[in-house]
Amino acid sequence: MTDRVSTSDSGAGSLPGRLVAMVEALRGHGMVVGTSETVDAAQVMGVLTLADRDLLREGLAAALIRRTGQRRVFDAVFDVYFPAAVGARTSVREDGADDGTASPTARPRGVDDVRDDLVEALAQGGREALEDVAAAAVDALGAIQAGSGPGAAGAGWSARQTLEQLRPQTAIVRALAQRGSTAGFGERLDRDEVRRDVERFRELVQTEASRRTAEVRGRDRVAKYAVRPDASQVEFLAASREQVLELRRTVQPLARRLATRLSARRRRRNRGQVDIRRTLRRSMSYGGVPLNPVFEHRRKARPELVLLCDTSGSVAGFAGFTMLLVQALRDQFSKVRVFAFVNHTDEVTELVTGGEADPAALAERIAANANVAPWHASSDYGRALRSFVTRYGAVIGPRTSVLILGDARANHLDPDLDALRDIVGRARRTFWLNPEHESRWGLGDSVAPAYAQIVDMHECRTVDQLSGVVGRLLPV
Amino acid sequence: MSERFASVEDVTDQLAAQGYLASPSVATTVFLADRLDKPLLVEGPAGVGKTELARAVAQATGAGLVRLQCYEGVDEARALYEWNHAKQLLRITSGRGETWDATRDDIFTDEFLLARPLLQAIRSEDPSTLLIDEVDKADLEIEGLLLEVLSDYAITVPELGTLTARHAPFTVLTSNATRELSEALRRRCLFLHIDFPEPDLEERIVRSRVPGVDDTLATSLVRVVNALRRIDLRKAPSVSESIDWARTLLALGAESLDEAVVDETLGVLLKHTDDVARARKHLQLDEADVRR
Ligand SMILES: Nc1ncnc2c1ncn2[C@@H]1O[C@H](COP(=O)(O)OP(=O)(O)O)[C@@H](O)[C@H]1O
Ligand SMILES: [Mg+2]
Repeated sequence: MTDRVSTSDSGAGSLPGRLVAMVEALRGHGMVVGTSETVDAAQVMGVLTLADRDLLREGLAAALIRRTGQRRVFDAVFDVYFPAAVGARTSVREDGADDGTASPTARPRGVDDVRDDLVEALAQGGREALEDVAAAAVDALGAIQAGSGPGAAGAGWSARQTLEQLRPQTAIVRALAQRGSTAGFGERLDRDEVRRDVERFRELVQTEASRRTAEVRGRDRVAKYAVRPDASQVEFLAASREQVLELRRTVQPLARRLATRLSARRRRRNRGQVDIRRTLRRSMSYGGVPLNPVFEHRRKARPELVLLCDTSGSVAGFAGFTMLLVQALRDQFSKVRVFAFVNHTDEVTELVTGGEADPAALAERIAANANVAPWHASSDYGRALRSFVTRYGAVIGPRTSVLILGDARANHLDPDLDALRDIVGRARRTFWLNPEHESRWGLGDSVAPAYAQIVDMHECRTVDQLSGVVGRLLPV
Repeated sequence: MSERFASVEDVTDQLAAQGYLASPSVATTVFLADRLDKPLLVEGPAGVGKTELARAVAQATGAGLVRLQCYEGVDEARALYEWNHAKQLLRITSGRGETWDATRDDIFTDEFLLARPLLQAIRSEDPSTLLIDEVDKADLEIEGLLLEVLSDYAITVPELGTLTARHAPFTVLTSNATRELSEALRRRCLFLHIDFPEPDLEERIVRSRVPGVDDTLATSLVRVVNALRRIDLRKAPSVSESIDWARTLLALGAESLDEAVVDETLGVLLKHTDDVARARKHLQLDEADVRR
């Protein structure tokens, strides 16, 4: 059965109105959607029948999405503005009536019933069944009353509450038993698939809770607050522990993309200049007219990279992520060395290489094992830069690119601009990556503007910005 | 508004008739590209059927495929047209005693023009399908040229004037995303991301491309491939690897997949030795060694 687009809910406004609101919501999540995209999308709605919601989703995606990686946010926003149904929809599939007026399920269901259904769906392994269970789960377990719970502003439906009660991971063992997989290889594949389906189920619960909440609180509000921003758009300085963990998962794929980009740039650079002698030789066949230039191919040693990171307090997540990223990119450089500081600089290359790949855990490991704050716990950029120059200055040579990471909040202490000048003078290129919004540079104890006079400073609030600097600017 | 296809379903059917099994998102986007008269920008990992899609559309619509394969350093002369200098030189040196002006008028005519794919597609008498393959491999400068051509399907050759397409070709651009394409080029196109297919679609693709493979084998093969796509590999196996693997298994006469068979043939699926090592670990094939 195909889902229809629900057009029947009250206060929805016209379809074009809904499209415009959806475009607004996408923009709110950092997607660039111009007028031409919006016009395309409107045309799409004219050409496709609205009877098939899945096709409409694909069609609007084709018109509104401009790059890979925007799809998750798009899907979440689409689900809010073009919901599959209205109200509780557990009964929709059962009685086949899909007129958007489905009534809440007749039989009230408890946690155990829902979990049984989940086990069943996981054992069968089908997306539709999972969707149904997610809808039933939110309906039975997700309702929150107006004014209940800490900080709750109004009534709605909570994915978190649903999942906390249901604890879907507890269904895994039973689902596997029901699959009756043969021990060994088949069982391993089963386990893998069931785990993936549990992940999917969590997302489906999130989608369903947003859809239901949107009916109570209004779409625009839900699209704004309930849609998880894309990992690449999360601000390092504001990331929750959960988001930091999610960022970790993006390190490898991002490193892969950046590696391809860096080697493409390297190849392009190596293409070099016209080889006059060979061009002339080749031109003999055209009676001496040099028609076909021959290019020299230059081979150059790969550059070295030095990473110098403020690992104090709030910037630690940013530093940790960047360290892991650079570590994953190490093939691209002939040498990578990593240094950390709070008020004193110590080498941490070894600490980054070994151990668990969690940005937060990495910061803790550095705090515990490296000598980055010998005197007190607060940042001192001047001393840290100076100690780097004194202890490790020789590490930087004419083939070294230096990345300095930090918010340049010098705690009203001497920023020691000369130490930074010294670093810049030795290195091939030096970049400073600042996780603060550029409008905040220079406010309070930030000495960013002074440092930015000496070094090429870039705002790096998000993974997107960071990969821009690494992928586009870093010498290859 | 062109109407090469009657409906999304029609796209699915017609492509299937050419051996291309389209997901709903592929079929919908192809249908829209036709109706909205927009080029289609297809992005996705290698081996998921981007190039094949253009080929299938060409066959389904009976509009010949003109392909511009991009590479580093591809330039106007390779993409658009160039003058056949060698032939022009011959013509000049074989001098027929006429004035330079006359010679010049003569050597800048059709006879001395080498039409490259973009110009070929524009000048084609019959409807054509234009495939601009792997745009991301070309340098950024070429995008300006593409935009110009794709905005009104006309090309100006200073010596000949402006040539306009009789039929705007159905245009497909593909990219493996090794570099960001410009915003302007993206805006000109409808965007389609082809990812690894859903398991049941991939099973159908494998079975149609490798007819001897039975349902059970196709199912378990696709399950293993999907398990491998979920772990961190340098190069995740794509549809093309699934197909190669199915062929290998068929050739080896394997009727079902067990640890030993997977272990022996993993090299078909994965190209890097450290990927093979990681996959063996994830699938716990090492333990199988111990048991054997
Ligand atoms: N949907 C599909 N239907 C049929 N064959 C497919 C499909 N997707 C991929 N293939 C097959 O996979 C292989 C790789 O496709 P190709 O178009 O070369 O990939 P790409 O251009 O994305 O790198 C080809 O042999 C193609 O026939
Ligand atoms: Mg291809």
